[in-house]
Amino acid sequence: MAYNPGINLDLEWVQKTAINLPAVNRRAATLPTKRTVKKAWQAAWLLRAVTCIDLTTLSGDDTFSNVQRLCYKAKHPIRDDLLEAMGMHDAGITVGAVCVYPSRVPDAVKSLKDAGKSYVPIASVATGFPAGQTPLATRIEEIKMAIEMGATEIDIVISRTKALHGDWQEIYDEVSACKKACGEGVHMKTILGTGDLGTLTNVYKASLVAMMAGSDFIKTSTGKEGVNATLPVGLVMVRAIRDYYHKTGYKVGFKPAGGIRSAKDACTWLALMKEELGNDWLNNQLFRIGASSLLTDIERQLYHYVTGRYAAAHQLPMA
Amino acid sequence: MADKTIELSTRSEVKKIFETMEYGPAPEASNVAKAWLQQHENVLGHFINGEWYKPSNRKTYTTNSPATDEVLATTIQGEEEDINYAVKCAREAFKSWSTLAPHTRARYLYAIARNVQKHHRLLAVMESLDNGKSIRETRDCDIPLVARHFYHHAGWAQLMEDEMNGWKPVGVVGAVVPWNFPLMLLTWKVCPALAMGNTVVLKPATYTRLSALLFAEICHEAGLPPGVFNVVTGNGAFGSMLATHADVDKVAFTGSTPVGQTLRRLTAGSGKKLSLELGGKSPIIVMENADLDSTVEGIVDAIWFNQGQVCSAGSRLLVQENIYEDLISRLKERLGHFRLGHSLDKTIDMGPIVSESQLKTIQEYVDDARKEGADVFQAPVNNQVPSNGYYYPPTLITNVQTVSKVVREEIFGPVLVALPFRTAKEAQALGNNTNYGLAASVWSENLSTALELAVSIKAGAVWVNSHNMFDAAAGFGGYKESGFGRDGGKEGLFEYVRPSWEERPRPQAIEVDMKTFGANYGGSLMPAPGQGNLKQNGNAPLVDHTYKVYYGGAQKRPDGSYSRPVFSSTDPSSIIAYVSDSNRKDVRNAVEAAHKAAPGWGKRASHNRAQIVYYMAENLEMRRDEIAQRLMNFTGQSLESAYEEVDTSVQRLFYWGAYADKYGGTVQETTLYGCTVCIREPVGVIGIACPDENPLLGFVSLFAPAVIRANCVVIVPSEKYPIPALDLYQIFDTSDLPGGVVNILSGSRDHLTKYLTEHQHVDAMWYFGTVEGSKFVEFSSAENVKRTWVNYGINRNWSCSKEGQGEEFLYHATQCKNIWLPMGVTYAN
Repeated sequence: MAYNPGINLDLEWVQKTAINLPAVNRRAATLPTKRTVKKAWQAAWLLRAVTCIDLTTLSGDDTFSNVQRLCYKAKHPIRDDLLEAMGMHDAGITVGAVCVYPSRVPDAVKSLKDAGKSYVPIASVATGFPAGQTPLATRIEEIKMAIEMGATEIDIVISRTKALHGDWQEIYDEVSACKKACGEGVHMKTILGTGDLGTLTNVYKASLVAMMAGSDFIKTSTGKEGVNATLPVGLVMVRAIRDYYHKTGYKVGFKPAGGIRSAKDACTWLALMKEELGNDWLNNQLFRIGASSLLTDIERQLYHYVTGRYAAAHQLPMA
Repeated sequence: MADKTIELSTRSEVKKIFETMEYGPAPEASNVAKAWLQQHENVLGHFINGEWYKPSNRKTYTTNSPATDEVLATTIQGEEEDINYAVKCAREAFKSWSTLAPHTRARYLYAIARNVQKHHRLLAVMESLDNGKSIRETRDCDIPLVARHFYHHAGWAQLMEDEMNGWKPVGVVGAVVPWNFPLMLLTWKVCPALAMGNTVVLKPATYTRLSALLFAEICHEAGLPPGVFNVVTGNGAFGSMLATHADVDKVAFTGSTPVGQTLRRLTAGSGKKLSLELGGKSPIIVMENADLDSTVEGIVDAIWFNQGQVCSAGSRLLVQENIYEDLISRLKERLGHFRLGHSLDKTIDMGPIVSESQLKTIQEYVDDARKEGADVFQAPVNNQVPSNGYYYPPTLITNVQTVSKVVREEIFGPVLVALPFRTAKEAQALGNNTNYGLAASVWSENLSTALELAVSIKAGAVWVNSHNMFDAAAGFGGYKESGFGRDGGKEGLFEYVRPSWEERPRPQAIEVDMKTFGANYGGSLMPAPGQGNLKQNGNAPLVDHTYKVYYGGAQKRPDGSYSRPVFSSTDPSSIIAYVSDSNRKDVRNAVEAAHKAAPGWGKRASHNRAQIVYYMAENLEMRRDEIAQRLMNFTGQSLESAYEEVDTSVQRLFYWGAYADKYGGTVQETTLYGCTVCIREPVGVIGIACPDENPLLGFVSLFAPAVIRANCVVIVPSEKYPIPALDLYQIFDTSDLPGGVVNILSGSRDHLTKYLTEHQHVDAMWYFGTVEGSKFVEFSSAENVKRTWVNYGINRNWSCSKEGQGEEFLYHATQCKNIWLPMGVTYAN
């Protein structure tokens, strides 16, 4: 798993950023037309995407039963007969993690234990998710509690208020404090809330500051902003990851989240990672997709690959 | 569950790919395209008069797919009688096509657009198979642009009476197009031609004939009347035959500069219209404040689009020195995951080069650079490609300078050269340090920097923070040796029309010795005394008036210090005056003066240029009586008509003064989110040879439209009656005209025309003289692809407002530059 110790805040580097939205949009629009995978390649890529999913439920009405269903699906994301047909039944295919609110972490711990066999990490959002508009002290406390309850990964949010004011030093300090609260054993993903940041230049700056402060992953969105994980935003963030890697040697992971629903989208995001960052970033150590309904569409595609027929929704176990 | 079981081999394959995460093949099916060819038994003829035409006993040409060298079809090598037949059919069709109601022509073009969309995939696959370009590009770029051009021009057909009032179709258009965008570029000719009421005979390039023939059949099915659009196939000489066919009224060419020059020479003096869209060596200018990662992708679009076989390819990368290393290393990293492969593979960045010989040319250029000691970086891609195709990896050459062949010449392949610069000013100088002027891109997040560079680069298309964007609503074409004329936009329509009052000139075919024409100083008239009786005024001698040449804002003695007599019109033995007899050195000096003045004159506010021309009118009016009197004396016209000529000249100055600030350009309605701004820039330094008729009005009618549009001129007044024009330099001096904007050289028209036309730094030549001179000017202009405007020895009525002023003059006095300015910062809140 990615580990990024962070570096001192380099404001000069942050401030000289210039991102050209129309040019980014062009690259984002043409990338999916330049890369595609078909047949066995598509099946293999989709299975890889499955292993990168942070299977997520973040709702006010989450209870034990739907969290449990999610956790069981996390361990059996694709029907066994389909996996068998592709020769993948023994490949240990599970999703990358389940992702829940802190209060549901105990439910996830119990369910995953009950579901047996393989290990699936538990990610908990924290720090006043999704808005981050709570005092730092309670945010830090929330991280600690989630970890105590069994979370092994923490998804924090940055203060968009401070980002829009350009208070990068304060963001750096807060994210550093969160990282300290997580400690070395728990991986920290930092959600930038890119839909709130106003410009792609801010997205790039926020990416850099989050990485400098020690984020192991940077993540696009909470799923609650008006605009979530779009390719242009993703492109800017992975370019920041590449720059940071070249300057520091630390590999930071990337997690697009929100709005990724189709199998084709999943392949496009994988292609983006492969093109911009290389094969090292094509696994769940450095790449996650935050999603809930995506898994179903992938399973449908794999069903078609195996059988040559399009599946009815009721043929696939719901999450 | 399944009625389909996956084979064991596939099962292990999934697992292997799951580990390696490599890309696999993603081929586009070619079965329908091949079925179409088979429907024709893989043998295609010409398409003339709405049907396939296969004359017997023709040689053939076998078309191969560059991706695999697989044979696709056999086409025929046409002969002269095929051209005669096609042109005859086009001429016949022109009679009805040109007289159709605009709305009817619009319907036909609209139907073609619709039919192109119906057969989008077939056209895309055929083009990709035949040319080797990637299916992604034909599918997403070439064919959508074809449809877009027809829709856009259906509109121009509909609006011709309103928008092109005063213009009429030319007749039969002979179009010759290259292999790099076979269908798209033929569309760029056919659309405006048909929209304006012309008919077309098209010769596609030898390598790529299939899409044109398929398209002809599609047009036929769309209901286009027979003969309106004809396709004939043949070799290069066959193309020349088409261009020189007496009944072809206009030649439209896209291709290499050498072939364009040949066509210019072949059609010289024929009265045909000509437009040339030629080569380029376009710069990509990257400033320190650019978004570097986006710039890298822009460079990919600029030089590796269509394997670099794009006339507007960004092939010279100019990077500010302080970010040079950074950008080059990002670019090399980008090339590390570049994919080269079969043109029908949907997972490639680049396909094969069009042909083996083109591949060889590219290899030679790069070998040459290596020998020079340049650093050649090539993407590691060659193991992915089919073994029989013509593949060349994307190539970046560094450690080269302006003297290198790879920096100066168009390679027409996926080869980029990179050079550092220090300041924006140096970037501009390097950007313009080329014979070409087709396109450029400027990368900067600073609007002031980007716009100033965009305006100062001499090229027909400048993209800001982008490269290689095209649209039917924006004209595409070059400056300098990249040609003249525009494809697309309203500006492109003028290539396919002539003024309504004018008949196509059909000058007598004559031989002109290009070496000796005008070469002999004093050849037309000896600059010496004793050739007539000097007019005296009683006993006392006149206060002698010395007419000098005028350049750089000052009266100068002619270099040769010779004077030539001016004879009375009524009494040819009587000498009225002596004027300076200019020679080639005066031309040299005057052109230099004009270039010195040009930047400043161009930067003046249009209002200021208008004021100066109005002021000239004011000063001319003040001397109305005197000048009319002299006109009468010199030309022998009546005083009344002399007054009329002076008055019309004053009016004309007002007319052009008015246009000084009313023809600067437009915002083009392209598909770009942002602004595409068409700036009508000056052509540069224009040489003008004035007619003998209307020695004052002709002179005024020619210099005024040129200078109000910010050109500087070197103008030869009427050879017979130079004095009314020479009188004007006093008016220029008192009207605040900056020195060097108008430079007047009296003397032999043809002698001075020779040196003006042969001057490599004269950007255009306007010639109103003889048939021979017209042919000479067109022929000799080919050397540096000057724009020309000649009269083929036919006088025009300068006092008539239709003939002596109007849009035709503005067309000749300007060239369009389209600046593409993508906009946007808002992606979310």
